[in-house]
Amino acid sequence: MADATPADLISGATGDWETVIGLEVHAQVVSKSKLFSGAATAFGAEPNSQVSLVDAAMPGMLPVINAECIAQAVRTGLGLKAQINLESVFDRKNYFYPDLPQGYQISQFSRPIVGEGEVVVDLEDGGSVTVGIERLHLEQDAGKSLHDQHPDFSYVDLNRSGVALMEIVSKPDIRSADQAKAYVTKLRSILRYLGTCDGNMEQGSLRADVNVSVRKPRGELGTRCEIKNVNSIRTIGLAVDYEARRQIDIIEDGGAIHQETRLFDPDTGATRAMRSKEEARDYRYFPDPDLLPLVLTQDYVDDLAAHLPELPDRKHARFMADYSLAAYDADVLVADKEAADFFEAVAGGLDAKAAANWVINEVMGRINKEGMAFSDIPVSAEANKAILQMTADGTISGKIAKDVLDIAWKEGGDPRAIVEQRGLEQVSDSGEIEKVVDEIIAANPKQVEQVKGKPKTLGWFVGQVMQATGGKANPKSVNQILRKKLEL
Amino acid sequence: MKVDEATVRHIARLARIRVSDAEAKTFEGELTGILQWVEQLDEVDTDGVEPMTSVVETEMKKRTDEVTDGGYAGDIIKNAPERADNFFVVPKVVE
Repeated sequence: MADATPADLISGATGDWETVIGLEVHAQVVSKSKLFSGAATAFGAEPNSQVSLVDAAMPGMLPVINAECIAQAVRTGLGLKAQINLESVFDRKNYFYPDLPQGYQISQFSRPIVGEGEVVVDLEDGGSVTVGIERLHLEQDAGKSLHDQHPDFSYVDLNRSGVALMEIVSKPDIRSADQAKAYVTKLRSILRYLGTCDGNMEQGSLRADVNVSVRKPRGELGTRCEIKNVNSIRTIGLAVDYEARRQIDIIEDGGAIHQETRLFDPDTGATRAMRSKEEARDYRYFPDPDLLPLVLTQDYVDDLAAHLPELPDRKHARFMADYSLAAYDADVLVADKEAADFFEAVAGGLDAKAAANWVINEVMGRINKEGMAFSDIPVSAEANKAILQMTADGTISGKIAKDVLDIAWKEGGDPRAIVEQRGLEQVSDSGEIEKVVDEIIAANPKQVEQVKGKPKTLGWFVGQVMQATGGKANPKSVNQILRKKLEL
Repeated sequence: MKVDEATVRHIARLARIRVSDAEAKTFEGELTGILQWVEQLDEVDTDGVEPMTSVVETEMKKRTDEVTDGGYAGDIIKNAPERADNFFVVPKVVE
């Protein structure tokens, strides 16, 4: 188990405290149909329209497992460099809740499909920390209760009932709110690369239970509290910070922490105890008699491993090696698979550094500004490549390149056609530029005087020339000609 | 194994079954009796014997990932005591 760095410690009245965090992440498996029934999994359907008699727990119904969900769990295990268990068992976890028609959740208790693994988490300061994975198991999701439809009643929709989830349990290796956020970010990125979970936290495809305890640095582990169902990365950080401080205050006031389940309220920024969960913690797990043990062959696992896509860490290393990108640029591109794919489609045959800058600053900048998804980008990778090619061969200036992107972004159209139709080609013809330079020098004797003493003010002249030529003049030629004419 | 009254009440609460004081006393004896009867199996030495998961040696059946079911919300909620707009309606459960 790692020690916290000094920056991660929280100071209290009795000295520094270390936060110890473990996460249980529930990731909805990408599959067309449910874990044990043929009903659909699509988000946002009409209430109870994607429910089979199995999902509604009608008497006599039997579960039959979805082979794709098994494959997705194994792929995820491989992506987490984890032990794949060739034999695993489904158990019943018994509890009562209105959105759980069976009265039990089919889950895996003592023999999960995936065992120990690890995730290398990249931190904002450029460092990294390795978080151990304890296990990953397959289980059914519950239905959804809506509490805001009626003052006295809750409404239950079973569309989500029976959808496959992967519960991914980390070891208590996380030491700060920032690390917890970075871990979930990295985990989500891996799941998206694998295509095993869409990672969409707004729709509940990824949610976390956060276990928090505090201790004196390197001291004995404290009693932990579990914060249930935290559904955004930002909220995970807030919940950890609040909970750690709450526990430190109790201990320093002479109190003791009781193990309990808590809820984080985003409106108040506080956690509070969930009374109902306490006695219900006795889940009386036992093997589900409707399901045989899940047995896989090593060949099956090897075949899935052979077809695994390239994952973020390896892509990062390749981007640095093959494209000579800086670590930071590779970080930004690799964090989002679609951005990484887009970059590769743009970069081929061009200066990779220029392509990376373009994708990060121009393309991703516009996407973030408009809050759109990469898949909705209005200017294709090919079109962006064309713009960069025109810049590289001197057809257009760097400034005009951005204008062309703006035009293509708003109005559509082929960049080469845009440049041609609007006459945006760069002017490198020195005769034409010289004419403009002469005019500007003649019209501004004061600035000419100034630049002799302060050569840095040459920039003003460059700006004037660019303005006069509508940004089309080749900046290099402009500089050369200005220096020559001004005798600098 | 002896089942005491507190255990009876705990199990009843987990199973959402209301038991009266008199019933709790009766179940204490009955459950203890049942468990003791089953405990006779402890006499058999099962060390090193794998648990039997099926009467015939067979593999778990698997489905291909296709949507083959659903689309009958009306049938799903047909037996619900309370319903509205194809939702089940239950007493308020919220924390």
